[in-house]
Amino acid sequence: MAANMKAVKLRIKSVSNTMQITKAMELVASSKLRKAKDRAETCRPYFRELHQTLRDIAVGNTDFSSVYSRDAVSEKYCYVVIAGDRGLAGGYNSNLFKSLEAEAEGKDYMVLPIGKKAVEYFQRRGVETIGEEYAEVASISVADCFEIAKLLCKEFKNGSFGHIQLCYTEFVSMLSQQPRAFSVLPLKDLEQVQPGEEKDAVRSLILYEPNSSEVFDAIVPEYLAGVIYGGVCDSLASELAARRTAMEAATSNAEEMIEKLNLHYNRVRQASITQEITEIVAGAESI
Amino acid sequence: MATFPLRIGTPDGLLFEDEVVRVVCRSITGDLAILARHVNFCTALGMGEAHVVFEDGTRRDAACIGGMLSMMNGTCHLLATTWEWKEDIDEERANAAKKRAEDVLARSGLTDREYKVAKAKLHRALVRLSVKK
Repeated sequence: MAANMKAVKLRIKSVSNTMQITKAMELVASSKLRKAKDRAETCRPYFRELHQTLRDIAVGNTDFSSVYSRDAVSEKYCYVVIAGDRGLAGGYNSNLFKSLEAEAEGKDYMVLPIGKKAVEYFQRRGVETIGEEYAEVASISVADCFEIAKLLCKEFKNGSFGHIQLCYTEFVSMLSQQPRAFSVLPLKDLEQVQPGEEKDAVRSLILYEPNSSEVFDAIVPEYLAGVIYGGVCDSLASELAARRTAMEAATSNAEEMIEKLNLHYNRVRQASITQEITEIVAGAESI
Repeated sequence: MATFPLRIGTPDGLLFEDEVVRVVCRSITGDLAILARHVNFCTALGMGEAHVVFEDGTRRDAACIGGMLSMMNGTCHLLATTWEWKEDIDEERANAAKKRAEDVLARSGLTDREYKVAKAKLHRALVRLSVKK
């Protein structure tokens, strides 16, 4: 009986230690989250505006002299996958990878992983990757996004792949994060009409200065960088929110467990005392 | 004069959203001004001074570096890499950046990349200082 009591006591101790850790992680995540959320929110209008403007251009475009506006040269896809640096964030990373797998089903593809988890995942699966130096998503700045964009543009021009898609986790609210993938290049892919919108039969003409291919050469890297930066900001906020929720759940589970174990411990203690009393009384009577 | 809606966005957020009479900035080929009822238009921006004129004639200067300008169906979208209003520019910082870039450029044995980065930094600092003056 005494051995059992000791085991329960130890168990309570270890659970409460774990609880302390999860609680600390929750606090860290929520304080970081506040900053990340602000960043995501200031960046979002730019992200939307950029995407919308390029979409307008793509819809109105009748000029195909630039690589970026022409039909895709190859059927190969390149996914820019933005995942987290660390685990323990609930289903954050696995949800993203699952949605990517569903999206890439049956396609010939390669990836540009951003974030340690993404790099590890694609290495393990043996998927072709370009550039693994962006293993830390938290420290990515606007300048890094420009580097990534330049790299992508170079590969795109070389014809290594014909489509670029961005795969990231959209920060919907503190409690909900949605993995999402959307087309970035070529501009033709942007034309896909979104539900609830009707495509105009008449295309409006656009004037490019000095000419369309030079304009596209200058703005496409810019656009890619902006879109990637937006994705990084959103994903980072999503990761922290997911971690906070997961850790909150873990802490409350630990609390529940401790409560149960305490009850069990007290019962066992009570039982052993009762037994001792019965033994003493029985012994006294026999004298 | 006729006005048109202008929206200026950078990765640091949507900086400006209002009706303006004229917006002037530097594109990759030179300075240009956009007035109301401009035809659908798209160009890439270079580094240079820019300003916006409001309906009452007031003018606001800024330093604009990189990005794109598009005029679609009467609305002008200016998406810049950085856009700093004259009053937000930190002159000391720009001066320090200019000095640092000049020091780097004065050194010999720079790699191609270092040279380009320093040159771009110097250019940016010069644009900021010229707007501030």
